[in-house]
Amino acid sequence: MNKIGVAGHQGSEVRSDVWISVKLRESGGIDLVAKSRVDFIYGKSIRELILSGLKYFGVEHAEVAVEDSGAVPFVIMARLETAVMRALGQRVPEWLPEPGPSFARATTRERWRRSRLYLPGNEPKYFLNARIHEPDGVILDLEDSVPSEEKDAALILVRNALRVVDFESCERMVRINPLPAGYEEIKPLISAGVNVILVPKCEDDEQIEELDEQVTTIQKQTQAKNEVYLMPIIETARGAFKAQKIARAAERICALTYGLEDYIADIGGQKTADGQESLWLRSVVVNAARAAGVQPIDTVYADVADLDGLRESCRQAKALGFEGKGCIHPRQVRVVNEVFTPNEEEIRRAQEIVRAERIARAQGRSVAVVGSKMIDPPVVKRAQRTLELAVALGRLSADWDKEVE
Amino acid sequence: MNLVPNALGRMVPTEVNSRPAVPFPGVDRFRPSSRRASLKIPTVLDYPRDGNKVVKDLRTALELCGIRDGITISTHHHFRDGDTLALQLFDTCAEMGLKDLVWFPSAAFPCHAPLIKHLDSGVIHHIEGSLNGPLGDYCTAGKMHGLGVLRSHGGRAQAIQDGEVHIDIAVIAAPSADCFGDANAVNGSAACGVLGYAQADAMYADKVIVVTNNLVPFPCIPMEISGGYVDWVVVQDSIGDPKKIVSGTTELTRSPDRLYISELVARFIRDAGIMKNGFSFQAGAGGISLAFAVYLAEMMREAKVRAGWIHGGTTRYLVKMLEEGLTDALVDGQAFDLEAVRSIGVNRNHIGTAPIVSYNHHSKGNFINLMDAVVLGATEVDLNFNANVVTHSDGRLLHGIGGWQNCLYAKCVILAMPAVRDRIPVIVDEVTTLCGPGEMIDVVVTELGIAINPRREDLLEAVQGKGLPLKSLEQMKAEVERLCGKPQLPARTSRVVAVVKWVDGTVLDSVYQLSDVAGTN
Repeated sequence: MNKIGVAGHQGSEVRSDVWISVKLRESGGIDLVAKSRVDFIYGKSIRELILSGLKYFGVEHAEVAVEDSGAVPFVIMARLETAVMRALGQRVPEWLPEPGPSFARATTRERWRRSRLYLPGNEPKYFLNARIHEPDGVILDLEDSVPSEEKDAALILVRNALRVVDFESCERMVRINPLPAGYEEIKPLISAGVNVILVPKCEDDEQIEELDEQVTTIQKQTQAKNEVYLMPIIETARGAFKAQKIARAAERICALTYGLEDYIADIGGQKTADGQESLWLRSVVVNAARAAGVQPIDTVYADVADLDGLRESCRQAKALGFEGKGCIHPRQVRVVNEVFTPNEEEIRRAQEIVRAERIARAQGRSVAVVGSKMIDPPVVKRAQRTLELAVALGRLSADWDKEVE
Repeated sequence: MNLVPNALGRMVPTEVNSRPAVPFPGVDRFRPSSRRASLKIPTVLDYPRDGNKVVKDLRTALELCGIRDGITISTHHHFRDGDTLALQLFDTCAEMGLKDLVWFPSAAFPCHAPLIKHLDSGVIHHIEGSLNGPLGDYCTAGKMHGLGVLRSHGGRAQAIQDGEVHIDIAVIAAPSADCFGDANAVNGSAACGVLGYAQADAMYADKVIVVTNNLVPFPCIPMEISGGYVDWVVVQDSIGDPKKIVSGTTELTRSPDRLYISELVARFIRDAGIMKNGFSFQAGAGGISLAFAVYLAEMMREAKVRAGWIHGGTTRYLVKMLEEGLTDALVDGQAFDLEAVRSIGVNRNHIGTAPIVSYNHHSKGNFINLMDAVVLGATEVDLNFNANVVTHSDGRLLHGIGGWQNCLYAKCVILAMPAVRDRIPVIVDEVTTLCGPGEMIDVVVTELGIAINPRREDLLEAVQGKGLPLKSLEQMKAEVERLCGKPQLPARTSRVVAVVKWVDGTVLDSVYQLSDVAGTN
């Protein structure tokens, strides 16, 4: 037996990660060589952590090499678990770090999802401060940002991050790999308290039904307390035609979104500045979501340097009916939040409409009037939604109507 | 070496490089009683009758200045990492067979690493000045003779003026000079902005050599260094590369986390009511202490507030504020980029200043006391707001003090830095090296929030209800340790290799030899 398992990243450019090599052997005990950039203050604790992990996994004889670039303990734990798993060629018992303050933080189906910040799932350096940019959600990504040979490592790292990192009030989302591969990933995520699972390349409502059942089963098995919501991503022509069914395939669906690059490739189109090629898809997603009573969420804006372009893209999305947008760089979050937050003028008009409707109802009239304009019920509904959002975001007092009267 | 505890309990030597040294007695407790240094009276009889002080080359000038073993020679860092004169100077000294010289730079940069060979061979006995990079490692490995003496820019001027350091020969790189020795840094192909660091040396050195690549007809205007102080002038092809004054620390950071901290700093300055018409602030050279000014400028535009003056290190960002009318004046200790160099040459509201005037504690007042806010970096801060800026958490010398200590006299002192750098915590139980007493530090801003020194009840009150993420240092420290673990105390020896001086020349702390510098990386 001379099997080697290697995990993590090494090199002078690497930050907040660790590289671990575990070479199993028949005898000779543990031979640990650990180098660390923070050896002067954490050298002893790193060695202790590695040795306790090897003991946990039942590894008694191995040559272990560690090159640490300032990884925090939950990252070291994930990398060691991955290295041992790879050396043994099989799953090992989960080695779970102590949960942090946001581990048990639940979310609701209706909460606002203006911005969600994508974080590559195998890059721990991006996790720690993601929350300070104040996205409504963080997405730990297991799909496109993770190379196929690192999927196993990313899953373990993301699981630990979900448990330990304080994401404060950000909703904790994970984008799994396309089904069926993604089915294998959900159990550790659910027991780590994930709030929303994003399901890429959805083409079929039956897949979502299957996923829904599996989530329910795992919740029961693991006694996980957090409710888990789903956000299907439509990325193909097939998926687009099924969007309506997908959006209502499960109670736990909270939002529907789409992916542009894959869709355009799928339909044989070309990406243009004004996005004509995807207008139909975007309309389909909004309509499917609205028909199913879930939130329509826009895709990402790829040019991270062009904040004006992003703002315009957000405005268009808002006009189409979307309630939020994905972010691939922290600097995009503020722009997205700004556009999808009701501004003062929108709040004022919505208040006017809701008040007029209440007065009309009190007077037994069926139609409300603002100025000389008659207000239809759907307009009232939209105004109410704007005010709910304004209240949820702290832009408006929850009892604004009482204050006025 | 006899070590005694100073007023803050730090162990310091009572003698530094064979001169008695006063342990730090507390902030503003030391009162000097002697007279300023004086020079032998020179006479024009000893200088060329025609007023032309130009000599053939640097070696000739050094010989005319009576160079000999064991003397102290100073150079300056207005070219920052583009300085070439110090290397040329000590190569020349080596050729001349000189030994045991003391180099007294206003700051050292990575470009000075080749001087290690002259330290090894004994041409240079020791360096009195900031030590970082390879020179810092050399010192903390215990390889240097004598003690490194780390001073602030103001402290260096104070030491010269008080006679604590006697400069035998000052060698000043001048982008423009005339044959009489009048010099400036605003004209010529090597223009670098300001010669302020050399001002005290020109006034108090026994001998002064101006080295220029741009000899202009008398009078050299402006006369930032007066030829009346200058013994000899050397003309040569090159004196340094002004393009390299733009070092990494003077670029606007692109890190989203650091930009977040920068914006938090600007919000604090605005929401604490410091940002108002006529206010003043200093921007530093680090990523955050530079970037906050960009955010502050935006807030000033929005609120239609105009500053009275901004103290630099100046960058193009501050120049833009001056030209846009967001400040009445820029007062500049040094130029950090070529746009600043251009501006100081053409804008009469952009003026250079010298540390002996702006930062000197033994002077008739110190205009930093007029300044409303300063934003500085730090490598460590303890729960009592005591801060370190010179050593890394492992004890290696990392930065010079620069104007850092001097700026602690501003009305609101803000330290801004990430609370964690690759698992290394910034908020610690005890700083590795004490550079700034906590009683002078008002606010610490990190990505985790804003901590206000409880001594500053006025600031606490001013920002109440403004929606800023206020936290205690204890809270921040606990958050970091939950994620990173509690650090162990790094190993070091008990042998002192350098001292940190306070602005009044008393000894604030000691820097210790590390057992293994190379192995700590």
